[in-house]
Amino acid sequence: MGDKADVWQGTLALMILKTLETLGPLHGYGIARRIEQTSGDLLSLNYGTLYPALLKLEQEGSIESAWGVSDNNRKAKYYKLTSAGRRQLEREARDWRQAQAILAKFLSATEPST
Amino acid sequence: MSEIWKTSRAWFERLGGLFHKAQREAELAAELESHLQLHVEDNLRAGMTREAARRDALAKLGGVEQTKERYRDRRGLPFLETALQDLRFSLRTLRKSPGFSFVAILVMALGIGATTALFTVVRSVLLKPLPFKDPERLIRLYEYSADDKFAYNVVSGGGFAEWRKESHSFSDLAILGEAQYGLSGVAGQLPERVMASNCSWNLFPMLGVEPALGRGFASADDQPSASATVILSWGLWKRRFGGDPAILNQTIHLDAKPYTVIGVMPSWFAYPEQSVQLWTPTYHEESPELMQAIDDHEFSVVGRLKPRVTEAQARTELSVIMRRLHDQHLDIPFVSKAANSRPLLEAMVGDARTALYVLLAATFCVLLIACSNVASLLVARGATRRRELAIRTALGGSRRRLLREHLTESFVLSLVGGAAGLLIAYGVIQWFVTTRQDMSRVEAIRLDGVAAAFGAGMILFCTFFAGATSSFSIKSHQILSSLQESSRTHSPGQSPVRLRKALLSLEVGLTVLLLISSGLLLKSYEQLRATHLGCITENVLTMHVDLPDAKYSQPTQRLAFFETLLDRLRTLPGIRAAGIATSVPGEGYGGDNGFTIAEHPPLPLDKTPYAIHRWADPGYFAALGIPFLRGQIFDKNQRLEKASEVIISESFARQYFGAEEPLGKHLLTLGRKPQKIVGVVGDTRHRVWERPQPIMYFPLYSGIRERTTLAIRSTSDVTSFALPVQRIVEQLDPELPVSDVLTMGQVIGQSTLDANFEATLLLAFAGLSLLLASVGLFGVLSYIVAQRTPEIGIRLALGAQRGALLRLTLLDGLKPAGVGLALGLAGAAAATRMISSLLYGVAPLDATVFVAVTTLLLAVAGIACLLPAWRASRVDPVIALRYE
Repeated sequence: MGDKADVWQGTLALMILKTLETLGPLHGYGIARRIEQTSGDLLSLNYGTLYPALLKLEQEGSIESAWGVSDNNRKAKYYKLTSAGRRQLEREARDWRQAQAILAKFLSATEPST
Repeated sequence: MSEIWKTSRAWFERLGGLFHKAQREAELAAELESHLQLHVEDNLRAGMTREAARRDALAKLGGVEQTKERYRDRRGLPFLETALQDLRFSLRTLRKSPGFSFVAILVMALGIGATTALFTVVRSVLLKPLPFKDPERLIRLYEYSADDKFAYNVVSGGGFAEWRKESHSFSDLAILGEAQYGLSGVAGQLPERVMASNCSWNLFPMLGVEPALGRGFASADDQPSASATVILSWGLWKRRFGGDPAILNQTIHLDAKPYTVIGVMPSWFAYPEQSVQLWTPTYHEESPELMQAIDDHEFSVVGRLKPRVTEAQARTELSVIMRRLHDQHLDIPFVSKAANSRPLLEAMVGDARTALYVLLAATFCVLLIACSNVASLLVARGATRRRELAIRTALGGSRRRLLREHLTESFVLSLVGGAAGLLIAYGVIQWFVTTRQDMSRVEAIRLDGVAAAFGAGMILFCTFFAGATSSFSIKSHQILSSLQESSRTHSPGQSPVRLRKALLSLEVGLTVLLLISSGLLLKSYEQLRATHLGCITENVLTMHVDLPDAKYSQPTQRLAFFETLLDRLRTLPGIRAAGIATSVPGEGYGGDNGFTIAEHPPLPLDKTPYAIHRWADPGYFAALGIPFLRGQIFDKNQRLEKASEVIISESFARQYFGAEEPLGKHLLTLGRKPQKIVGVVGDTRHRVWERPQPIMYFPLYSGIRERTTLAIRSTSDVTSFALPVQRIVEQLDPELPVSDVLTMGQVIGQSTLDANFEATLLLAFAGLSLLLASVGLFGVLSYIVAQRTPEIGIRLALGAQRGALLRLTLLDGLKPAGVGLALGLAGAAAATRMISSLLYGVAPLDATVFVAVTTLLLAVAGIACLLPAWRASRVDPVIALRYE
């Protein structure tokens, strides 16, 4: 467990939104698995933290939920991106990339290059 | 923008999360269950055993209950939920003890209601700016009296003219005079006497007020040669002229002379006084001589300061002008040497200030007492729940939560009490406004947003005072120790008892303070009532009769009227005596004259004495029972220009003649021939609270042009003569208005209205506090006795005397009362100095009042303690030991 990164607050919401954009409507368990797999099992995700995060996104109007039936005929609550959520994802992804680029430049500048 | 929207949407959703809890819980459980199922199935596919699969799924989730708890925190608003929980809990406990709740709420309602009402009055009258343009630049101007003894004398017409001409500190200066007119009736209306004000044309523009209808005065109206104009008050226009706008440019008759109505003032406008019903232009109404005289002080003056000029600078400038005027006219005795000023607002409310602040302080004391009582009740309640609280603390309930419970409970009480209190305040204010029409600015009093905010503030204050004070008794270590204290042989911890005793001392102290203040006011009111005016006051009826100049221009006409009227009255069956004078005792100052005594060596001009003047008919002294000490009444021939006699009062004789015989000496008054002193009568007071001052009485039958007061005295109920007398006046002159028909008792009552009002209100507050304090005393002691019943049982079983127990319990209750009494007496000794200006004939440290209050309080405290003490002494040891 020691070499696995914990999920930072805030990035979890972004991951959820991206997952829903890529895979379409999905239940909580599916989202959790997908996040874990995408991170190449580098992340240690406590599945339980996912549900308050989903609730928050739903309260903010970025996603909506409805009960549906899973592939193997299980009743499950499915989450779906709303158009507001799509806009939020775009904005946050852009911000994230920007922050990352700045930080990358910053970090590389500290190397004694000349 | 979208962030804000997102956040507020989330808040709204979370607020929604407080409802339909069961359904949401079921949904959450179903979702988590489906999550686990999906995970378990995956794990089974990966080859785990069913048991391991389930365990792994639970571990990855991080526990179902923990997840649910985190989810719930996000779903609703946790702090709001606890608050609601507390609220529900408080409501339930309050409902369970309706008696306690009712008393507490009632007490709070009275306290908050009275405080809010008084605050509203104080704010409206004393703190709100006047409803005029830039009111802080407006100041009222005065002359010092010529002998410099009185700093706020009214101003002479000549002095005002000089100020206006010479001063540079003011952007405008206006003059006002008092006036009364007989308003003739039209189409069968009765004639009516109305209070009026004459003012220079620039007064309304200077105040920044425009008539609601028509126009204001123009400078052309404000001249002796102008045609007569009048502006009506809104009230008079509505009442007398049916609110018909057609009144503009119509003619009405004042004192039988025609006046053109040019305007109607707005309904809120009441200056200089509430009672003023119409305005006329000063320079048209008053004689040019009066407006030029520099020694006849008759007018109020208001000025608007120029920007950047201070009141002190303006006052100095006017004083310099006044001094110059004085020095230029050393031959005229009554010219002032200096000017004075104060802000207009202060000039208008001057007298009411102290009284209102005292009443406000008193209501605040009542509120504090009310809060202490509620706090004390909460402490008692808290103490009976000690075991429960201890267990909760032991199980990890935080002290904060307990404090919050107390606050919630006192908040509920304060809120309900405060809501009722605002209703009470509304009623009190309505009552106050109708009762105190005489008070200046009473029209500005209304319950507005600020007052409501004040009420809300009071509710919060009570919440924290009662809630926080009562939670002083929660101490965590004691809570734990009270678990060990469960043995029945123990008395419960002393902390709540001590707190309640401290609160009780506070209550008693404040009550004593209120009792003493109201006692002093009441005593001074009694003194006022008992003051002897110097005349008979029983079965005397007075009324004003004012002969209009237009119809009674000749002295002979006036003389004829007075004589006929008195003749007819004196033959009316049941009437013992009748008389006419320009003012009767207790009715006011009336006016004065400078004089010199012909037989005395001349005095320097600026030492010329002056005395109050009256004109009276020969029968007046007998009619009012003013004792005749020496000499005789006016001779029958003292009529018209033959009048040359004067009667002086006892203090006049003493002050100006000493041991010398005044009879036969002559007084020289300005512009009149020498008057021979023919008699000396007893002193009378022109105001109940003023000492008797020297008075000179001149013959009414000289045909004097002054407003007069008619006084009749009967053997029995004098009010039944009001109508017959008015009918006689009507027979003599149907257009003549008779006004202010009052018994002598009412005349005195009106002038002591303030004192009566303050004393009564304060007494009501004091009574209320006494009741609250004794209820508190009773409550605390009953509680102590109930708590100590097992202990008392043991004592009795061991052979204690019942009498000793009674004494012990009684002392237990009387001790905090004694501490409070001492505190209250000390506080009162300091506080009553502040109300000394409201007292008449009573010292702030009046021993009788202090002793009486001490006795009363000890008696009431004793009675309140007696029942619980008696109950303690009646305890049956067998039952007491089985108690619990």
